[in-house]
Formats: sequence, structure tokens, C-alpha cells
Amino acid sequence: MRNEMMMKKWLLPLAMSCLLCFPGLGFGQKNSCLDCHSKLEAELRAPADAFKQDIHQQFGLGCVDCHGGNPAQDSEDLAKDKSFKGSPKRAQVPEFCASCHSNGATMRRFNPNLRVDQLSQYWTSRHGQLLKKGDTKVAVCTDCHGQHGIQSAKYPKSMTFPWNIPQTCGRCHAGAETMKDYKIPTNQLDEYKQSVHANALFDKKDLSAPTCNDCHGNHGAFPPEVKSVASVCRQCHPSTGDLFSKSPHKKAFDDMGISECEACHGNHKILRPSNDMLGTGEKSGCIQCHESGSKGYQAAADLGRIFEALQKQMRQNEDILALAEKKGVDVSQPKFHLQDVNTILVSAKNLTHGLAVEDIREKAAEGEKILVDIRQAGDKALQEAKFRRTGLVIATAFLALFGLALFLKIRDMTRSGSRP
Amino acid sequence: MNRRTFINGFLGGSLLATVASFLYPVIRYILPPKQAEAVQKKVAAAKVGDLAPNSAKIFKFGSSPAILINTQDGKLLAFSATCTHLTCTVTYQGDTETMFCPCHNGRFDLAGNVISGPPPAPLESYKVDVAGEDIFVSKKA
Amino acid sequence: MNKFGRNIVAYLDDRFQLQGLFDFAKKKKVPEHSYSFWYYFGGICLFLTGIQIMTGILLLLYYTPSIDGAHESIQFIMSQVKFGWLIRSVHSWTANILVGVIFVHMFSTYFLKAYRRPRELTWITGFLLLVIFLAFGFSGYLLPWNELSYFATRVGTDIAGSLPLIGKWLKTLILGGSSVSQATLSRFFWFHVAILPMAAFFIIGTHVLLVQILGMSKPIGINEAKVKEISFFPDFLFKDALGWTLILVLIGVLCVFLPWEVGKKADPFAATPLGIKPEWYFTFMFTTLKLLPSHIIFIEGEKLAILAFMAGGLFWMLVPYLDRRAAQEKRSPVFTLIGVAVFLYIVVMTILTYTVRGL
Repeated sequence: MRNEMMMKKWLLPLAMSCLLCFPGLGFGQKNSCLDCHSKLEAELRAPADAFKQDIHQQFGLGCVDCHGGNPAQDSEDLAKDKSFKGSPKRAQVPEFCASCHSNGATMRRFNPNLRVDQLSQYWTSRHGQLLKKGDTKVAVCTDCHGQHGIQSAKYPKSMTFPWNIPQTCGRCHAGAETMKDYKIPTNQLDEYKQSVHANALFDKKDLSAPTCNDCHGNHGAFPPEVKSVASVCRQCHPSTGDLFSKSPHKKAFDDMGISECEACHGNHKILRPSNDMLGTGEKSGCIQCHESGSKGYQAAADLGRIFEALQKQMRQNEDILALAEKKGVDVSQPKFHLQDVNTILVSAKNLTHGLAVEDIREKAAEGEKILVDIRQAGDKALQEAKFRRTGLVIATAFLALFGLALFLKIRDMTRSGSRP
Repeated sequence: MNRRTFINGFLGGSLLATVASFLYPVIRYILPPKQAEAVQKKVAAAKVGDLAPNSAKIFKFGSSPAILINTQDGKLLAFSATCTHLTCTVTYQGDTETMFCPCHNGRFDLAGNVISGPPPAPLESYKVDVAGEDIFVSKKA
Repeated sequence: MNKFGRNIVAYLDDRFQLQGLFDFAKKKKVPEHSYSFWYYFGGICLFLTGIQIMTGILLLLYYTPSIDGAHESIQFIMSQVKFGWLIRSVHSWTANILVGVIFVHMFSTYFLKAYRRPRELTWITGFLLLVIFLAFGFSGYLLPWNELSYFATRVGTDIAGSLPLIGKWLKTLILGGSSVSQATLSRFFWFHVAILPMAAFFIIGTHVLLVQILGMSKPIGINEAKVKEISFFPDFLFKDALGWTLILVLIGVLCVFLPWEVGKKADPFAATPLGIKPEWYFTFMFTTLKLLPSHIIFIEGEKLAILAFMAGGLFWMLVPYLDRRAAQEKRSPVFTLIGVAVFLYIVVMTILTYTVRGL
């Protein structure tokens, strides 16, 4: 009898530890952690509920794989045996997760594609550096990835899915209380939300649009230095970057230590560039350095004029086409052509970074040529609308006369008792 | 002229005018319009010999731009040139033998597939036929 | 008539022996009483059908019944062909007006009990014409091959497919395959320009012939003394023409200020747009199907509704034989009430389609 009991006692833990080697066997095995915790309340119940969605669970891992303990035991004291690690303290979280995630051999068994350098990157980040110094308020793995309901960044509900990232970072970085000791602004999230990148990401659902980690890094998150901001932008805007590098501004900006793109476009609140940024008006970026009378000022004025003229023409054409459409005339052909002009406009705006005014003028002229054709089509459409209304009036007039004639005829016949 | 004759005349005259105002649009309708066919099915993109090997040309197909490529081995390929990311017009880069979109670095191979960058979908490929001197491009069935 | 006109008539009479026709025409009378306003609607249906035939024939000149060219040809007609916008808009608007007038004509003859003996066959041919013209509307709607038409056809044929026993076969027959495709477009085009016009021609012929032979029905129990009669030619015809003239003005105004849209080309791989509905004249049936619970006792709600509609249609068609009292020239309030109920049902369900959210 005693031997049997002894056998049973080490048989189960053996089976349980097989879990570590063969994840597939994990399914269907007893998990007293979940059994107990799902019967508890509030904070103690939360892990059991959340774990159902967790990616680790999908790979066959369980509570014991991170927290240790004996999931075969129902009694709390027996379950929390020598291997039980409990919940790690904040400062220990990075190494806790890295015990698997930085181990290439371990990760290869589950997902050979996943990187294993997150911890080393983390130590280079501002968060990591401060954590090493003893500040436990900074972000650790669980702050961004969650604790028990961790999901792959490819899953839209995950905290690290592209369009959820601003919110994940903003949980700390947008809070005045949370950030009060760090002396960095807390308006980045608000500013980002107004940007054209946020619009692309949230409204157009363009997952290639940059979010916090694309410019700041993931695990190695750090504010980019002045010189690196432009490299970051060049990731997606290479032609603009090339043009800028060939322009006289490059040397000037480098000498002055000004960040290339950021100086005119900002960092978080990057808006759709408007013509106001050119020219010599008060919103112009050019006049911040170029004084009235200088060559730069003249170039700024020229550029401003070129784009103003082009956009004014575009707007006029759009209005005419919209009016014609409202009047019922088909204008789908000229509307298509307007798209061509838009492409030219985008191209011309890009060229401004190269500062070759003549090239830009040429490009704008291309657009204007097309706009002339569109204007003609628009005018023709308005004429057609007028023609239709005139035709209706004439036809209705004839019909009205005919109706009147009929009415007189009917009245005449009724009076005189038939016979035409 | 008595009243009856006037009314009859009025009736006949207004009927004639009404019928004429109806016949006019019908006759104009039946007369062939300037653009003979509804669909621009085939477009003459270029002449044989216009394009050197490993070069390309942008041409108008319907109401949008298209690109005709003469590959390194002399094969003729045609695609829609509207980038599927944000509708900029793509160009051909001979050194990499790929189509490239300068707006955000989108890159397509010679089957139209996206090989890098943000475009979410491939470029539509068109049929190329050579008839005598002309290279015709049309939509695939 | 002047001398020239008389000569022509004499020439034709000699060869076509038209005298019999003229005598008949002279005798044709139309009663005038407080309800005779409703007599105009049959003629309006015929007039609008004539407009549809003429504009339809003109559209045939430029329309292409292929999925690669249909939408483009409509775009072409609306933008490149001179007055194409007018011909096409007239055809689309008149189709809707015609179905509306058919319903008015049907209900007015119903409530005036014009279906009673000896006019049962007039009623039955009329019912068949209702079905034919609804089929015209359904088949014609697909031809522009735009988003709305594609999905409305899909929804409509899915409903046909849910009929018990014959459903799947019927759906395949209508679609020309398992889904809305080129085969469907060809088939609907065939229906719309050949089969249905031929059927309509013969049945309208029968219907109008019956009306000529039997004359206009008078309301039950009408005081014969109050009834005056006027000749059809030319008196009533001139009154008809006045009505037609007003309708032409209405159609003209609609086409210039509200031209029919071309829409987006159909994309079979796109998701069904939210709130897709069939044309308004089918919405009372569509909304009934949507509002019914999914199961009534053990029968599927949808199937039950379809069977109910078919039974209802059969009942409606056979009313002349069921309404015994009317056949005896007696007032028949039960059938009047049934008619009011049907009318209200159709009107309420149609209004609900456009006012209830999420339908």
C-alpha cells in the first residue's frame, strides 16, 4: 500500500515536468492554479480569466511554466512548493520574461521567427536605464504587453498591435501625474492624434503608417537624437530625404545643429503640409531664417506663388465639377483627370525639399496644362446642365400648349355634345 | 375662322410641336456619338522598337496611368501604374528590375507582386499583344 | 376631318375593310359617374408601357449585356451619347411610375369589383400582367450591373432559392448557374427584351381585347339614371391624352432634376453593402421576411412567409370566383375589407422599410 502511494507521489510531478518539454501534453492536464483562482474574486480571479486568451496558453504553457509550483495539488500549501516563484517584483520582470524570451534554444521550440534580443535592447532604452538605477515606475514588459492576457502583436486586440500602440504608450506618457518626476512633456499623444500619420493609421487603417515604436524603437525605446530624426523619417520618405540632402539646406541645417525634417514639420503633430508653410506669410517656415530681401526670401515668395496659383486653379475646377454634378451632369471623366493633377501636386510638393525652383515651376506647369483641359470639360458640363433645363422648359411649354388645346377641345365638345 | 376650326388647328399645331420636340432628342441619340465605343478595350501603348531592353514607358490606359516594360530579355509586360498604397504613379528601375513607387518606397516585382514597402495589394497586370508595328495593351479577360 | 384625311381613310378602308372597325369604335362608350376618374389608369398603364418599349428599344442600340461592358455602356450612354441621359432616365423613372400605376389600377378595379362576372378573365390577365411587370422590373434592375443591382439580385434569388422542394432548382434556373454571373446577366437580358415583351404583348392584347368586347364595368348598384355615357373616340381619348400630357411633364421634370445614377460597377468579391434593399415595389415582401421570427412553431419563418405570399397571390388572382356576392351584383363588404387590409399591409410594410432602423 505504502509503495503504491510513494509511486503515485513522484509519478505525477514527473508527468508535470514533462510539460516543460512537451507542450502538447499540457492540454487536458490538471491545473489547480486555474481551478482555484477562477473561484476567487477581483484581482486574484483576474489572471485566471485573462489567461484564457493568452498566447502562452495557446502554445501549451501554463501557470507553472512562469510561476513554478505544483499544479497537481489542490491544497494551497502543497501547490506552492519549493519551485513556486510567485509574482515577480517590477524590477525583476524583464529578467523573468527573458528567462525564456532571450533564450534562442527555448524560443526556437515555440516560434523560430521571434527575436531574442529584447532584453539587451531594453537595457539600452531609457526605461531600462532608469530601471537599472532603481526607478521601478518605468515601463517593464508587462506594462506594454499585459500580464496574463498577452497576445501576439499581429492580433488586432493586442496592446502592441500598431493602432493600439499610441494608447499603450500614452497610458504613462500622457499622464501629468505619472510623468511629473521626469520633466518631459505629456502632450505627445494628443499631438500625435492630430497628425496625418494618426489619420492614416486610425482612419484609413493603413498599418504601414508610423506609430510610436516606428520612430522611437520598440524595446530599445529612446528619444532620437537631433541628427537621427531625419534618418527615421527617411525610412518611409526616401525621395524627400534625397532631395533635401542635395539641397543647400542640408549643410546649413547640419551646421546649425537643426534637425532636418523636424524643424519645419514637427515631431508628433506632423500635419498635412499646407501652402502656408511656403511663401512669406506668417505661417511660413522659410521666413524664420530668411530675411526680407535675401535670395532665400525671394525663392520662398516664388514657391509660395507657384503653389497658391496651382491650388487655386484646382479648387476652382473642383467647385465647377461639383456644381455640374449637382445639376445632374456626368463629370466622372474630368474628375479622374483631377486625380492626375493631385499626383503632380504631391510630386511638386516633394520637389520643394530640393529647392530647385525651376524644376518645381516646370512640374506645376504640367499640372496647369491638365487643369486647363479639366476646366474646359467642367464648363462644357455646366453648359450641358443649362441646355437640359432650357430643353425641359421648351418641351414643357409645348406640352402645356397641347394640354391647353386638349382642354379647350374637351370643353368645346362637352358643350356642343360631341362630334369634332 | 370659327371657334371649332381654331381649336382643331391649335390642337394639331401644338401636337406637331410636341412631337417634334420629342423626335429631336431621339434622332440626335441615334446619330453615332464621337467616341464610337463604350469601353476603351485596347490601347496602342507604343511602337515596336520604341523601348530599349530594360526600360519602361508610362502611357494612358482608360483614365489612369499604366506602365509598359521591356525586360532585359526582351519580354513585354504591362501593369497598372497606380500604386496600391496611396495612388502615386510607379516607375521602373532597371538596376533592380523592379517597379518602384517614390512616395513611400513601395516596390513591386515583374509579376506585379509587392516585395517591400507599404502597398497592400499587387499591381494589376495587363495583356500585351504585338500587331505589326504597334504594341497593344488590353485588360485581361 | 379634311378632304386629304378622308381620302386616306377611304384608301385604307378599301384594302383593310376597316368599316367594321369604325362602326365598333363609334359605338364604344365610357360611362361617367363619381368613380369614373379611375378609368384613366388602365390607359395610363398602356401609355407608360409604350414609353418603356420605345426607350427600351433606343437603349438597346448602345447597351452591352456582358459583365465587362454593361456598366461601361450605361456610363457611355449617360455621358457620351447625345440625350442618352434623357432616354435612360426616362426608362428608369417610367419603370417605377408604371409599377406604381399598375398597383393603383389593380386596387381601383378591385374596390370597384370590376372583376365580377363576366370580367373574370380580364382580372386574371391583369394579375398575370402584374407578375410580368414585376419580373420586368426585377430583370431590368440587374442590367446596369452596378453594386445595387448585383446585390439586390443576389438577395432576391436567395429568397427564391429558399422555397421548399423546388427552391434550389428554381434558383439555378433563374441565375443560369449557382451564383450571379455572366450567365445571369445574359439570362435576365433575354427575359427583359424577348421573353417578357412577348408574353406581355399577348396578355395585354387579350386584356385590352376583353375590355373592348365587354366595355367598362360600372360600380355595383349604381343609379343608372345618374350615369351619362360619352364616346370613347374622340371624347374620352382626349381626356386620356390630357392625363398623358401631365404625366409626360412629370417625367420630364424628374429626368432633368433627378437623373438616374450610374452607380459603382458590381464587384462580386466585395462585401454586401449595409442596408441593401430591393426596389421599393418588392420591399413589402422583403420587410415581411426580415421582421418575421426565424421559426414559427417548427417551420422556418422565411419559408412560411414565402408560402403565405404565394397562397395570398393565388387567392388574389381567384377573387372573381370567390366573391359570390359581387357575381350576383350584390354589395360585398367582406371582400372590400380584405382589399383594404391587403392595401394597408402593403403600404405599411413599404413605409416601415424606410423608417425602421437596421432594416
